[in-house]
Amino acid sequence: MRIGVPRESRPGETRVAATPKTVEQLLGLGYTVFVESGAGAAASFDDEAYRRAGADVIDDAVWNADVVLKVTAPTEAEVERLRSGQLVASLMAPALDPDLVQQLAARGVTAMAMDAVPRISRAQSLDVLSSMANIGGYRAVIEAAHEFGSFFTGQVTAAGKVPPAKVLVVGAGVAGLAAIGTASSLGAVVRAFDARPEVAEQVESMGAEFLRIDVADEGPSADGYAKETSADFDAKAAALYAAQAADVDIVVTTALIPGRPAPRLLTEEMVASMKPGSVVVDMAAANGGNVAGTVAGEKVVTENGVTLLGYTDLPGRLPTQASQLFGTNLVNLLKLLTPDKDGEVHLDLDDVVQRGMTVAHEGQVLWPPPPVQVSAAAAPGTAVATVPAAPEKPTRQPMSGSTRLGLAGVGAALFLLVAAYSPQPFLGHFMVFMLSVVIGFYVIGNVHHALHTPLMSVTNAISGIIVVGALLQVGHDSVAVSVLAFVGILVASINVFGGFRVTARMLEMFKREEPAR
Amino acid sequence: MSTTLVQGAYIVAGLLFILALAGLSRHESARRGNRFGIVGMAVALVATILAATAGTGGSGWLGLLLIVVAMAVGAAVGLDRARKVEMTGMPELIAMLHSFVGLAAVLVGWNSSYEVVAYPTIHDVEVFVGVFIGAVTFTGSVVAFLKLSARISSRPLMLPGRNLINLGALGGFVVLTLAYVLVREDSVFVRHLLLGLVTLLALGLGWHLVASIGGGDMPVVVSMLNSYSGWAAAAAGFLLSNDLLIITGALVGSSGAYLSYIMCRAMNRSFISVIAGGFGVEAGTAASDDTDYGEHREVTAEGAAALLTSARSVVITPGYGMATAQAQHAVAELTKRLRADGVDVRFGIHPVAGRLPGHMNVLLAEAKVPYDIVLEMDEINDDLADTDVVLVIGANDTVNPAAAEDPTSPIAGMPVLRVWEARDVIVFKRSMATGYAGVQNPLFFRDNTQMLFGDAKARVEDIIQAL
Repeated sequence: MRIGVPRESRPGETRVAATPKTVEQLLGLGYTVFVESGAGAAASFDDEAYRRAGADVIDDAVWNADVVLKVTAPTEAEVERLRSGQLVASLMAPALDPDLVQQLAARGVTAMAMDAVPRISRAQSLDVLSSMANIGGYRAVIEAAHEFGSFFTGQVTAAGKVPPAKVLVVGAGVAGLAAIGTASSLGAVVRAFDARPEVAEQVESMGAEFLRIDVADEGPSADGYAKETSADFDAKAAALYAAQAADVDIVVTTALIPGRPAPRLLTEEMVASMKPGSVVVDMAAANGGNVAGTVAGEKVVTENGVTLLGYTDLPGRLPTQASQLFGTNLVNLLKLLTPDKDGEVHLDLDDVVQRGMTVAHEGQVLWPPPPVQVSAAAAPGTAVATVPAAPEKPTRQPMSGSTRLGLAGVGAALFLLVAAYSPQPFLGHFMVFMLSVVIGFYVIGNVHHALHTPLMSVTNAISGIIVVGALLQVGHDSVAVSVLAFVGILVASINVFGGFRVTARMLEMFKREEPAR
Repeated sequence: MSTTLVQGAYIVAGLLFILALAGLSRHESARRGNRFGIVGMAVALVATILAATAGTGGSGWLGLLLIVVAMAVGAAVGLDRARKVEMTGMPELIAMLHSFVGLAAVLVGWNSSYEVVAYPTIHDVEVFVGVFIGAVTFTGSVVAFLKLSARISSRPLMLPGRNLINLGALGGFVVLTLAYVLVREDSVFVRHLLLGLVTLLALGLGWHLVASIGGGDMPVVVSMLNSYSGWAAAAAGFLLSNDLLIITGALVGSSGAYLSYIMCRAMNRSFISVIAGGFGVEAGTAASDDTDYGEHREVTAEGAAALLTSARSVVITPGYGMATAQAQHAVAELTKRLRADGVDVRFGIHPVAGRLPGHMNVLLAEAKVPYDIVLEMDEINDDLADTDVVLVIGANDTVNPAAAEDPTSPIAGMPVLRVWEARDVIVFKRSMATGYAGVQNPLFFRDNTQMLFGDAKARVEDIIQAL
């Protein structure tokens, strides 16, 4: 089948749906690839590079291909060019743009929304929201650094001491984590906040301090994204933002709730309380913004000198990298659609990933898909993507605490009864025995797994100590006793000498790698 | 020689034995640990021999002569066996050594029955306990030895009502012990008869216990017998009022018990069910299921070699099959070649791989594989998903995905090496037959699995040729 990669028509779009590298991978799946002339120009891929990779560079006839790969959703004019039976994959925002989905269904095309990939581990390799958010988070910090009038890192120079910049990142999704990583690698002091307390560990692993608020009921959401929060939580979070806004130099907000306007996190008063020269990057500007006063796609400077950046094309500002990642996500989609690598698309709507992404097929609107339940917090009940949880085997119920206690009590009582009728020396020996058993368990518990065989042979050797008993019995009055003791000494000696010898032989073989290789 | 001096020597020896076991916790200190054991044994033996022969109550020159002759013969036999044993034959040797401890315990127990003591009741009980445990250890170890050395079939013996037989033997032991305690001192014949009966009963029980356990459970059986041999020594210690024997026996007994526990946990089975020998029954039904697992793919030695050269990381998971094919040297050679080419080669060892705890480690050490690339299951399992190629050499149940994924499988819940998460898996196998557990292995039918049939040693050598 033929794959067509058109030039992006939306103004300001710099990305392209295939790079020379991903073209090679698509060819490897058995497809022929057509790229519209100039499609990669803004991302620094010229037509020649595509030709070298094996694609045919043609005019806008790429729209006639069986599969059309795009970055942004097709415009109305472009939808007109589609014909029944074609497959088109791109960003579509089906939740925000139901009209587009309707039109695509009406044209009879199979439409796959790259921004509707279910959040399960298997589908991560095609999740463009993740790959674009990663780039966006990085670029947000770079934009902030560009606008910010000081260093990010603290320095002590001959010309005086520079304090490090303080950065607050709100929302620790992929974009937030990328922003945290970038800001801390530039040397800033980074703090982060997220409504999901379970991401604290990830935040700390990226080098930021996780800010906590004290609320009881914040559990992980079912679909891996953040959810809307309770009133109590919002009040406490607002207090936290107010305190932080006055203190930090840079704020990056990334809070998005799928299918809803972005939550308002920083109010006008909070922005007004910020220091002059501070920079706010609102990564949710396209969806209404997290910060009062941001304008989508614009840079705004407030009266008190705070710069508000509402750029909506952050990933597109790294066009080469963004195209490569987007293109790879598309390659992974086609790998999924082409299990036999024969250049034919086999759409499997029983597969939860393919079903979730397909918003229109054979004239039907398939959005929204049936819900897929996952948990981003490795909590119990992560059932769907993996196997169903195994039912407990009916056998071997662990004993309840009270049963154990009861058995232990009965055992102790029995032992005391025996002890009461035992002669004195026996109990002395029993004390030695008991302590040795305990020591044995502790000592053996530390033995290295690899040394279990030498352990067995050395215990064999030392249990040959039973020879001591026979030694004391040999050569005494009764011939029978002496004979038995003689045999006892003989066999126990085999153990003593054989056991130690074979242990030594084995241990001799355990060698660490020679240091000089 | 004064009694207190002997006691002192025993305390020193006991401490040295504890240090010997503690030394085995790490490779670096293991050899020192073994030397501690030897020194402790020497101290204990010298003190005991002096005490037994010298002085007025001693056995004199005749006793010393008998001791020297017996020990010389024993030492010659033991050293010879230890020197000649193949590392693949280690399980047999260990089982044989266990049987000697059991035999010695029986002999010591019989001899002690003649002694006149201050507390006859408890002494009588101790004699019986000592003889009983010793005899069970003796025949159990003999059967284990025969099974491991393939002199008898390793199939589990399935007598009807085998649990009743075992319980009956225990009941019989209690009754005989009571009778022995109650019979008067002067009825020598009856007492001898009872002692003989309990010995026969225990010998039979030991034989039956191990005979009804199948070959794949041998790691548990061997460590269980290790434990018994310790308890036998401890019982002899009570009998002779000898604290050194009690200490040593308790150390060995708890050591064996702990190893058995580790092995059982590694197979997700209860200790009771293993010693009652219940596993083979389940497997019999499971083997006959005819689920369609699909087709397996074969690969040639050349194909495997090509896969290995292009890999960055390789994990080898050996099993008992590597031991039977004596393939460890070829595997070591392959490892060396790949590492020389810059491939990251590591080994993943399942706790119950082989027929003895730590068996695979010893084989690989013999073939001079550095121990720091030999990892245990928990250490390597999380890395397998990032591994390019896994070579499964003679392992089956320990890499079976059914254990993790199929709740109805007889081995469900058993921790396994998750080799199927790697990019490619090559399974060395003689045929498509099932493993010890009799469970079909869906790994062989996975898309990323390729089978390389034939003798593991020959096939590995073919790969080295092709490299």
